Amino acid sequence: MEATNTQTLTRQDFVSDQDVRWCPGCGDYAILSVVQKLFPTLGIPKENFLIVSGIGCSSRFPYYMDTYGFHTIHGRAPALATGAKLANPDLSVWVITGDGDSMSIGGNHFIHVLRRNIDMNILMFNNQIYGLTKGQYSPTSELGKVTKSTPMGSLDHPFNPPQLALGASGTFIARTIDREQKHMSIILEEANNHKGTSFVEIYQNCNIFNDGAFSELTEKGTKAETQLVLEQGKPMIFGAENDKGLVLEGSNFKIVKLGKNYSADDILKHDKEDKNLAMLLSEITYNPDLPVPLGILYQESKPTYDDMMTNQIQEAIKSKGPGDLEKLFFGTSSWIVD
Amino acid sequence: MSTVKKKISEVDQATIRFAGDSGDGMQLTGSQFSDNTAIFGNDLATLPDFPAEIRAPKGSLAGVSSFQLQFSNKDIHTPGDDLDVLVAMNPAGLKVHLGDLKDNGMLIINTANFTPKNIKLAGYEESPLDGSLLDGYQAIKVDMTKLVATVLEKLELSSKLKARSTNMFALGLLYWLYGRSLDSSVNFIQKKFAKTPDIVEANIKALNAGYYYGETLEVIKTTYRVNKAKFEKGKYRNIMGNNALAFGLLTAAQRSGLDLYYGGYPITPASDILHYLAQYKNFGVKTFQAEDEIAGVVSAIGAAFAGDLAITATSGPGVALKSEALGLAVITELPLVLVNVQRGGPSTGLPTKTEQSDLNQAMYGRNGEAPMVVLAPATPADCFMMAYEACRIALKYMIPVILLSDGYIANGSEPWKIPDVNTLPEMETRILKKKEGFAPFNHGNPDLARPWALPGTPGMEHRIGGLEKWEETGHVSYDPENHQKMVELRQEKVDIIARDLAPAKPFGKESGDLLVIGWGGTHGALRSAVETAQNEGMAVSHLHLRYLNPLPRNLGEILVKFQKVMIAELNLGQLAAIIRAKFLVDAIGLNKVQGKPFTQTEVFNKITELVKGA
Repeated sequence: MEATNTQTLTRQDFVSDQDVRWCPGCGDYAILSVVQKLFPTLGIPKENFLIVSGIGCSSRFPYYMDTYGFHTIHGRAPALATGAKLANPDLSVWVITGDGDSMSIGGNHFIHVLRRNIDMNILMFNNQIYGLTKGQYSPTSELGKVTKSTPMGSLDHPFNPPQLALGASGTFIARTIDREQKHMSIILEEANNHKGTSFVEIYQNCNIFNDGAFSELTEKGTKAETQLVLEQGKPMIFGAENDKGLVLEGSNFKIVKLGKNYSADDILKHDKEDKNLAMLLSEITYNPDLPVPLGILYQESKPTYDDMMTNQIQEAIKSKGPGDLEKLFFGTSSWIVD
Repeated sequence: MSTVKKKISEVDQATIRFAGDSGDGMQLTGSQFSDNTAIFGNDLATLPDFPAEIRAPKGSLAGVSSFQLQFSNKDIHTPGDDLDVLVAMNPAGLKVHLGDLKDNGMLIINTANFTPKNIKLAGYEESPLDGSLLDGYQAIKVDMTKLVATVLEKLELSSKLKARSTNMFALGLLYWLYGRSLDSSVNFIQKKFAKTPDIVEANIKALNAGYYYGETLEVIKTTYRVNKAKFEKGKYRNIMGNNALAFGLLTAAQRSGLDLYYGGYPITPASDILHYLAQYKNFGVKTFQAEDEIAGVVSAIGAAFAGDLAITATSGPGVALKSEALGLAVITELPLVLVNVQRGGPSTGLPTKTEQSDLNQAMYGRNGEAPMVVLAPATPADCFMMAYEACRIALKYMIPVILLSDGYIANGSEPWKIPDVNTLPEMETRILKKKEGFAPFNHGNPDLARPWALPGTPGMEHRIGGLEKWEETGHVSYDPENHQKMVELRQEKVDIIARDLAPAKPFGKESGDLLVIGWGGTHGALRSAVETAQNEGMAVSHLHLRYLNPLPRNLGEILVKFQKVMIAELNLGQLAAIIRAKFLVDAIGLNKVQGKPFTQTEVFNKITELVKGA
C-alpha cells in the first residue's frame, strides 16, 4: 500500500471527527492545537503516528487526533507504547499523560521507560491537580494543598518532574507551558528529533480545579520576571528589561543585575549536555526566589533499547542462521522410532 | 576388585527417586536419568520437586530437593506412586521420602552426609543407619563422597569441587542397576563443562566409578531391565512442559508469519518460558523483561495492537496484577495469549508446588463482564499443541486467551513425538489490507472477529481504548442499549468458539456408572486410575477437558449418560462448581490442595468407592 505523501499533510489531516470534550478554557486545547499544527510539518507519514495515553483529562487526547491511537488504562501508557514501538520500530510514538497518570499510579513505568531510552515522546500535562476525579491533590501539588481529599492541606512533598526524570537517566528533559505555544512547538519538534525517550513537562492550567496555578508564569505583568527561557549556548538572562542573569555562587544560582558589575559574558551559558547544570536547573523548580527554567534542561545521546533489540536479533540471525524449527525441536538428545 | 555375577530381572516398569540437599544436584541427576531413559526407548513421566529457596539451610528438611521418574515398556501417564528405588544423599532426604519406598524396595544411601549434625537437622534422635528403621528395605550404604574423592585423587581440584561430582556417582550406580549406557551423560558433561576440562574429567570419572561400584557390589544380587516401549513411528525427544509451551508459541509465530513478542516479569514457575524464548532471537523473537507484571502484559497489548503475536506468561500472583489489563484486552478485542503456570496459592502461597486453583481467577477475575477463552494443556508434551491452539484462537477470533498450565506439567517431562509443523492447523489472521469500508469494530463475519488494522497502514487510522465503544466505529459510547449489545457480543465471541472445537469424547465407554472429569495436569493420574478400574471391570470412563471456556458443545449430552460424575481437581472444586451450575448435575468432587499431584492410588480408591460403595 502506498504511504501517505507527507508533503501535502495539513493540520486538518490530524483533526478527528470527535467533538473535543475538555472544559471550556482548559489548557489542553492549546496543546492539542500545537500538536495538530506540528505533526504535518515533521515529514512523518500520517499512518506512522501512534498516540498512546493513560487515564485522566489529558489522556482523552488520542480521540481528538486523526492518527492511530490507544487510550489505555491508568498509568500504563509508557508500557503499552513500549510494546507497540518494539513491535513496529517505524512508528512515531507519542505518549500523552498527566501528573497523576505518570507520577503516581504510573510512576514505575515512567522511570523505567526513561531508563531504557525507548524512542518515544512523553508529553506530561502537569496541572498539579486531579481533574477527572474532580479535584484531589496530585503528586505535583504543593505541600499543604487544600482539596476535597485534604481539607487540612496535603501532607505530601511534591515530585519535581525534571529531577525525577534525570534521576531515572532520562536523555531528553524539557519543560514548556500551555500559554507559550510557539515555545511549545519548538520544544516538541526537538523532542521528536531526539532519538530516545523525550520527556516534556507541559505546565497546563486546569481552570476548574486549580485555576491560576501557573499564572505568575503566564501573565503579562509577571512572566518576564518568572520565566527563564533556556537556549543552547546562550546566557541565562531574564527580566522585563532583560537585565537579570544567573551566575553560580558555589553550587547555587544567584541572580545578578546586568550593567555596572556584570555583562552578558559573565552570565552562565546554558549547556543542555551538562548533567550537573541540568540537576541545578531542575532543583530550582520550586524555588520562589528564582525564575522557572523553560526549554531543554538536558539532552544526551545514548543507544536506544529498540535499536539494541533489533541489533541483537540481527546478530543472532547472523551467528546462528535464520530460525529452523525442525533443527530446534530435534535438539541434541532425540531419537527415531522406525 | 572382582566382578560379581548378577541375575538380570526383566520388569515392566520402575519408579525411582533421587533425594538430597538443594545443593546436591538432584535435579540435574534426575533429568540426566530421564534423558537417558527417553533415548533408551522407555515411556516415562517425571516429577521434580524442589524448595522455593535457592539455597535453603543445608541439611534441613526444608532444603530437600528430589526428582522422581517412572519408566516403562508400556504407555504410562504418571511419575508413579510408590518407589522401587530411593536414592537418599543425606538424612533429610531419607526422612522426607522413606515413607514412599515400597516394602523391600531398594534404598541407596550416601553415608558421607550422615554426620551427627545432619542427623539432628533431619530430626532423627540417632543415626537412622544404625537402628531398625531400615529393616524391611534393601539398604545399600555407600560412602559415595569418599569413593569419589579416591578416584579423583590425582585431579588438581579442591575437595569441595570434587565432592560436587558425587551426584554423578549415584547416577552411574543407577545406570548400572538398569543396564544403561553412560553415553548420553558423558556427552552432556562434555558439552556442559567444555570450558573446564578438569570438571569434565571429575564428573565422568565419578559417573564411571558409580557404575563399576555396582558391578563389584555383593549386596545387590539382581539388576533390572525395563525393555523399550512401543511408540508410533516418528521422531521423538524428551521434553518439559515449559519448553514444549515455548516451542508451541514459536511455531504459531512462524506459521502465522508474525513476529513473536513476549512481555513478562520473572516469576516461578513461569520464568523458564521467558528463558527459552530469549534463546530464539534468530527466529525474530522479541523478549521484553518488563519492570513489573503489569508492564509485561500491557506492553504485550501494545505489541498486539501493532501487529505482533503477543504473549505474556506468569503465575497466579502475576495474573492478579495483570487483571485490569486483561479487561483492556477483552474490550479492545486484541489477540493476546496469557500463560498462567499455576502454583499453590493464595498470595505468594507455594511458589514451587503445583495446584489448579486459578481456574476461577481465569474465568471471573476481572471487573465487569469480561469473559476470556480458557484452555489447559493436559501433559508436558501437550503444552506444545495447546500453546499453538491458544495462539490460533487468539488470532482467528481477535480475542485474548488464557492458557492454564501448572507447576507439575511445566517442570515435568515425557517423550514428545516431534510434529511435522506443516501438518498443524492453519493460522489465520484478521490483518486488513484494504481500507475500503474499514470500520475498526465491524464484526460482520461468522467468527465475530473485528479487523486487525495495524498502525503504519495508510487510511485506517483509528483509536481504541478501555471505554465502551460503538459497534462498527469504535467511537466512545455511553449509550445504554449499545452497552448491552457490546457486553453480549463479547460473551458471544467466546461462546461461538465452541463450534470450532472437536466434540468431547470420553476415554472408555460412552455411558456407564461413573464419569471421571479432569482438566490440566491431572490427566496422567486420572487416566492411569481409570485404566486400572476399567481393567478390573468397572464401568468408568475418563473425560479430560482441554477447553474450559467455552466448554465442548456436547458436554451436557455426555454427562447424562453416566450414573455418577466425579470431578477431580487440585483445588476445592472450581470446575465442579462451573459444571454443576451449567448442567445441574450433582457432580462429586475429588479435591486435593497439598502442592502435590494426585497419586493414581488415591484416584483409584475414590473411583472404587463411588462405583462399588453404598
